[in-house]
Amino acid sequence: MGGKIDRRTFLKQAGALTAATAIPLSLVEVVWGKESGEKFTFAYISDSHLTQIKGTKFVRNFDNGLKRAITEVNFMSPKPDFVVYGGDLAQLGKREEIDHGLEMMSSLRTPVRWVIGEHDYYLDLGKYWEEKVSPLNYSFDHKGVHFVVLNSILTYDSWLDKWSKDPMARMLQMARLDNPQGSPFMVKDPQIEWMTKDLAKVDRKTPVVVLSHSPLYKIFKPWNFWTEDAEKVQKALKRFKKVTVLHGHVHQVLYNQEGNISFYAMMSTAWPWPYPTTYNQAQSAVPKLTVFMNRGDPHSERDGTGWGYLDLDSGRAGHHYELWENSARTVKYDSRRKKPQDTKYQDPKDRIPPQKHY
Amino acid sequence: MWKKFNRITTPVVLATALAVSAAHADEFTEADLKKWQAEFEAVAKKGEAIFHSNKLGANAVACDMCHPNGTNTHPETYPKFQKQLGQVATLRDMINWCIENPLEGKPLKFDDPRMIALEAYITWERRGARLQPGMH
Ligand code: HEC
Ligand SMILES: [Fe+2]
Ligand SMILES: [Fe+2]
Repeated sequence: MGGKIDRRTFLKQAGALTAATAIPLSLVEVVWGKESGEKFTFAYISDSHLTQIKGTKFVRNFDNGLKRAITEVNFMSPKPDFVVYGGDLAQLGKREEIDHGLEMMSSLRTPVRWVIGEHDYYLDLGKYWEEKVSPLNYSFDHKGVHFVVLNSILTYDSWLDKWSKDPMARMLQMARLDNPQGSPFMVKDPQIEWMTKDLAKVDRKTPVVVLSHSPLYKIFKPWNFWTEDAEKVQKALKRFKKVTVLHGHVHQVLYNQEGNISFYAMMSTAWPWPYPTTYNQAQSAVPKLTVFMNRGDPHSERDGTGWGYLDLDSGRAGHHYELWENSARTVKYDSRRKKPQDTKYQDPKDRIPPQKHY
Repeated sequence: MWKKFNRITTPVVLATALAVSAAHADEFTEADLKKWQAEFEAVAKKGEAIFHSNKLGANAVACDMCHPNGTNTHPETYPKFQKQLGQVATLRDMINWCIENPLEGKPLKFDDPRMIALEAYITWERRGARLQPGMH
């Protein structure tokens, strides 16, 4: 524990120093994956929403979030095996925004596994992303764990048809979170069939990690904290003993357990989102299990934002939230309770006032 | 006293609401209520558009990016102490604070129709919440 505080202090200073020489650190806890037999850690950066103002001018606040995450990941020691980028690199899917993001991300000293978000997709339906960044869905194996990357932000064709003549209008519609004219996210049957085929060759004892942008369960439809065909995706994963879904999109601390699947949301580097429970005009299904993040304070641009890293213990995830203006949090799968638990705040009597949202 | 109060204020209300008859100044009809509600809703609707516009500030950022459906604006808690302002502040102070900081824009005058529209929208989205002045 003490080591962690030291590391955070170090990272705070590292964030201020640019291009500091790499100092060997051994402060990141790495746990041996008992069933996979190998240890590894990977980092997770998400939802940077790089926003072009005009020409080469971008929103400074959001640039700073991503830069800081990259600097800190580069200072991790031991180095993470890879970095997952969780989607919404751009704000309006523009080439300028994606290029700007790629340029910043190129300073990472670790390979990146990319997940696409709706803000990257809806201007050209993923064309530029596929050309320049990454395939939209794919799978890979890493040290005994099977990873599946999904494009979970597809939607109904009937909605797409409404905007076929005006790609920017389509993008702007999807970019508005509270849009009453929006359309729910979907994985869609062809991709679910692809995943089912991909998983057919995987042993049921192999830990499976699914990377998606939207949560692969249903929290709040009006903000698309939602995947329309989540049940179908969950069904295709039912056979496995250990399944972890890591997703972006919600810009908040959020975790849940449904059946055999543990869900963890990643922080945004750009801004935090309120919990749907704070919208008193509509019902939502925010998991009771989640101990809320501290309420954001706009006075500090980086409050309620951050990144994370994960380690796998016996194929179960431990998620370490690196929160820039709040104390770090660790949410780990508890094998006795069979669900993720915050290592510090899970018990209601240990919670602090900023964790109460209204 | 109350009679007098009514006489002073009603002409103003009637003028803005464009009521048809001034015969019984202290009475109003269902039609008046509908009309006044519609007036409010039109302003709240304008506020919704401003709240979702990336032209309000100077950096293409919009309020709804951080406050979907006006959440976390907590109009029911104002006036209240705001650390960054060092004093008990009004909702309009905080609206301006967010225009100047996350949106890197220029503050609005408190009686600017856009300010009133923003306030109307935010408060409408929060309808039903209990008044809790000062609460954090
Ligand atoms: C980059 C993110 C961001 C943007 C954009 C933004 N805000 Fe905020 N704002 C915040 C955060 C974070 C808070 C603190 C929320 C809290 O206290 O729960 C806040 C607080 C507020 C509050 C006070 C809330 C309270 O609890 O007292 C108001 C009112 C407000 N914002 C209005 C606006 C308006 C109007 C706009 C557009 C002009 C805007 N904000 C744009 C991040 C943002
Ligand atoms: Fe996002
Ligand atoms: Fe998203």
